[in-house]
Amino acid sequence: MAINSYKQDEMVNDVSKIKTLSRLFSYLLAHRFSILVVLLIMAYCVAVSLINPLIIESAIDDHISVGDYRGLYKLIGIALILNGVMIVLVKARMYIMAKVCNKVLVTIRQQLYTHIQTLDFNFFDSRPTGKILARIIGDINSLKDVLSNSVKTLIPDFITICAVVGIMFVKNAYLAAAALISLPLMIVGVWFIQVRSHKCWQIYRKKSSNLNAFIHEDLSGIRIIQSFTAENETKETFYTLVHEHRQSFMDAVKYADAFGSVVDFCWGLGNVSLWFAGITILGVDKVSVGTLIAFGTYISMFWKPIMNLSSFYNQLITNISGAERIFEILDTKPEIKDSIGVGEMPEIVGTVDFQHVGFSYDENTKVLTDVSFHIRPGETIALVGPTGAGKTTIVNLISRFYDIQEGNIMIDGKDIRSVSIESLRKQMGIMTQDNFLFTGTIRENIAYGKLDATEEEIIAAAKAVHAHDFITKLPNGYDTRLEERGGGLSVGQKQLLAFARTMVSMPKILILDEATSSIDTKTELLVQEGIAALLKGRTSFVIAHRLSTIQKADRIFVIDNGGIIEEGNAEELLAKKGAYYKLYTAQQM
Amino acid sequence: MRKKLSTYIWEYKWYYLFAIVSLIISVSLDMLAPMLTMHIIDDVILGGKVALLPYLLGGILIVGVGRCVFQYTKEYTFDKVGSSIASDMRKNLFNHIQSLSSCFFDKTNTGELMARVKDDIDRVWNTLSYVSMLIIEVIFHTSVVLFCMYRLHASLALVPTAAMIISAFIAVRMEKYLGAIYEDISEENAILNTVAEENLAGVRTVKAFAREKFEIKKFLSHNQRYYELNLKQSKVFVRYYPYFQIITKLLPMLVLLIGGRLVIENVITLGVLGAFLEYANNIVWPMEMLGWLSNDFSAGIASNKKLTKIYEQKPVITEVENPILLDTVKGKIEFSHVSFHKEDLHEILHDITFEAAAGSTIGIMGATGAGKTSVVQLLQRLYDATDGTIYLDGVDIRQLSLKQLRSSISLVMQDVFLFSDTINENVKLGKKAYTNEAIVRKASQDAQASSFIEKMPNEYETIIGERGVGLSGGQKQRISIARAFAKQTPILIMDDSTSALDMETEHEIQKILRTLPNTTKLIIAHRISAVRHADEILVLENGTIAERGTHDTLLAKKGLYYKTYVSQYGDPTTVVQE
Repeated sequence: MAINSYKQDEMVNDVSKIKTLSRLFSYLLAHRFSILVVLLIMAYCVAVSLINPLIIESAIDDHISVGDYRGLYKLIGIALILNGVMIVLVKARMYIMAKVCNKVLVTIRQQLYTHIQTLDFNFFDSRPTGKILARIIGDINSLKDVLSNSVKTLIPDFITICAVVGIMFVKNAYLAAAALISLPLMIVGVWFIQVRSHKCWQIYRKKSSNLNAFIHEDLSGIRIIQSFTAENETKETFYTLVHEHRQSFMDAVKYADAFGSVVDFCWGLGNVSLWFAGITILGVDKVSVGTLIAFGTYISMFWKPIMNLSSFYNQLITNISGAERIFEILDTKPEIKDSIGVGEMPEIVGTVDFQHVGFSYDENTKVLTDVSFHIRPGETIALVGPTGAGKTTIVNLISRFYDIQEGNIMIDGKDIRSVSIESLRKQMGIMTQDNFLFTGTIRENIAYGKLDATEEEIIAAAKAVHAHDFITKLPNGYDTRLEERGGGLSVGQKQLLAFARTMVSMPKILILDEATSSIDTKTELLVQEGIAALLKGRTSFVIAHRLSTIQKADRIFVIDNGGIIEEGNAEELLAKKGAYYKLYTAQQM
Repeated sequence: MRKKLSTYIWEYKWYYLFAIVSLIISVSLDMLAPMLTMHIIDDVILGGKVALLPYLLGGILIVGVGRCVFQYTKEYTFDKVGSSIASDMRKNLFNHIQSLSSCFFDKTNTGELMARVKDDIDRVWNTLSYVSMLIIEVIFHTSVVLFCMYRLHASLALVPTAAMIISAFIAVRMEKYLGAIYEDISEENAILNTVAEENLAGVRTVKAFAREKFEIKKFLSHNQRYYELNLKQSKVFVRYYPYFQIITKLLPMLVLLIGGRLVIENVITLGVLGAFLEYANNIVWPMEMLGWLSNDFSAGIASNKKLTKIYEQKPVITEVENPILLDTVKGKIEFSHVSFHKEDLHEILHDITFEAAAGSTIGIMGATGAGKTSVVQLLQRLYDATDGTIYLDGVDIRQLSLKQLRSSISLVMQDVFLFSDTINENVKLGKKAYTNEAIVRKASQDAQASSFIEKMPNEYETIIGERGVGLSGGQKQRISIARAFAKQTPILIMDDSTSALDMETEHEIQKILRTLPNTTKLIIAHRISAVRHADEILVLENGTIAERGTHDTLLAKKGLYYKTYVSQYGDPTTVVQE
């Protein structure tokens, strides 16, 4: 598994733009009624803006020129009503459209977030958090304008262009052709720019994501940075990333800003060719002045929506790379998921079996080879061994954080892949090496283990792990608010809270992965006593290095070289004078 | 360090000037085009002066090309200026945040700060480039059109002038209302970022408890609120926007009405009225645009306000005016009656006094929450002691250069933090310029990390995940120990940093520590084996030193230390001999 860092650009799969676009706009389909209303309103607005010049014309020709006050007032009255209605409708249109767009954004964001929750550790481990965040927040926000402009610009302007071109050809095909002669040039130009700028915008998004990732890491590690006085180094890295970000933007606008220029140039060319064709080739006498003037008007009517469309297209190209990145995550399939038609895990009794389990995180290095063991309900198993030997991997496999490549893992005789992940994990209490506490009160953090835990249950759990004492000493007791990652508490206290959180869920199988490594020995003993009563008869796995933590286990597995090299209780293993004996004596020195 | 927005702008005044000149030329060319068309119709077609045609056509082409060029230079320059200022602002904000003290980060969420450095600056950027470009364009365009109107007929031109003033007035008013909402939106954006950040960072815990649904619901509530705020913004905008529309629709009618009367009364000619109407139509789009611009503008201003708030935070830990810079740091540490409490007044350390001679080893033990880590944080001035004094080589650390103080101490933190970068870069952190390959290798060997690093596909160039994901707890700790070893500082602090190591590895590291006679070592640990060789062992309890002495004297005391010993090894009389 290649790990991406803030320095590297992400790989984004190339998907055809049409596909991305149609997928994006398919979200609008859910609101087709609202959009229909918006389009109807727009039709009215277009009609009124077409009538407005007629009113002015009639006012001048029919009323002002003949001195007809009453007619003038009447006409202006009509105009006022037409425009008044339009204002009300425009207000409605804008509101509906804003609602639709924001709804679509909320939907996409929620969908993305929900999908991310289903993904497995491989996904999270292989990229910095800041890059995932960039997609949930920044990339989605970038779609806002595209969505609202699509309805506002795309459809009406497209219709206008077709109508104008139609009228021009009906009136005088020759002139129309002359006026539109620069159109192919424009299309080629815009196409060229679009291809280049799209690539640049993709890079820009990646750079933006890199920047986000670095900001995230820098802030998360700010204490270590300040402690190592590495501020100048991170500053340099940051400056480089900011520079790359800005440079990628400038590279993109170098092309994107030319959109307008191409259109302007073609407009000029089209105009010249129209007048030239009309006057020189056809001759003034062949084409009526009126037609020429009308064509002049049409040509400006034609270019305006073209300009709008091209700027919309520009915007689309700018932001479509955001959509690509969102859809890419949505298309990432979780590797660990419930297979179709899985059942619920019944209440766990506590038998755990590994049958010839083989596992590797990536294809190259095998972490476990042919591991087999049988654990009876209620047994406490300690896993010891050198760091990186695969202890954590074994417990991760029991909770199905990863899927094995060979063999079977059974709980109570049921293959863990044959039951739903949720029903499995809900019955397990897993304390990982990094105990993450959430912002919120201590009570909320403990109740995370059991959302409907009563006050008594919470306090009982806290007492069992010996956290009650320090909690009650805090200024607000159980209502003390923890900052990010449990800030304000010592690492040992955080471990105790995380322990309480696990205990409140009353797990059927308990997994403690270095759960008490930062707790002093005295407290640790108290914790062990405290949870003994609660966990009576439940299977538990303990990974620890401190002998005092593991000596009481029913069986000790010594893990090394991808498998169990020794097993037995503490006395048996000491008597063996093997690997365990060596570990044991090391600590006595 | 805080610079006003105007200062940033002023620094790029020449670029802005160039951009504005381009803008003026391109708008002027835009206004020239209808005149050329008029000449073609009047002079060439109606007047029959065909000879003029090539010139006029050439003129149209030049207008096209000119607009093509200046439009481009205008947009590109505004983009350049905007992105330059945004980059500068980002850098300054980043530096400011990095200069803040621990107590700021205790209270502020990472997600929120990320939103400030990224999203809020993006919004200000948008305001400085795209929005300000259009505002200038609108102002220029309107001024020219109004000028033409005044030349045609001064009193009739009062009508559009009044319309313009009213629009501007509404825009300012709307900006005020929208500003408040945009501040809320920016705040909610930060919250959304925070919630998502926390979820992603804690994904292992979420999955371990199978709490995905709970998390989704939590996010939904904020997502929903974000939606509502955005809708609220639309509501305000929609409430004001029609005023702009009324004015723009009414303007031609009013001109027609008043102008019509003037024509009937023979004050002006029909031609003048026609021209007037055309100008009125020309002035309409800038006014409508004003509504949109004011909307975008207020978003930028609101974000800028959020940035200002961060700048108001000042670093609490600062250097004195003329800090002392020691020639060489020997590493003698002295705590004299040091007490410490945070804002909640709950006392963490009370009257701590001890001395560590240069090159000696001090072991610190104590129950969870006894204040062990605080001792280290005070020594590094991550916080300042509330009472008493800490000396380094006999000098009060508050008089020392902060940089020198911190860079003479290398710390292995309890909470290992690694960057998503190569192992090499992680080990070098803090002294990248001076740390060569040999030092990295030596430090990794000493930290017992080289064996597993060299098994990795790219060895020292292997990229590790954020916070070291993908590595085991022990591997992370060893890299973090290597990072501290590589600094070769006079003082080394190990804050419970071998807890995830197996005993053999720990033992090896202990041996290495004993070969560093010129390094003062502060070792915080729970395992007796980590501190037993220390020159002095302090046992902390509830923020005070409860016991102190060497391994042997403490064992003889039969107090807290003795109890810990017994629980880890059993009765000392039965211990396996070394």
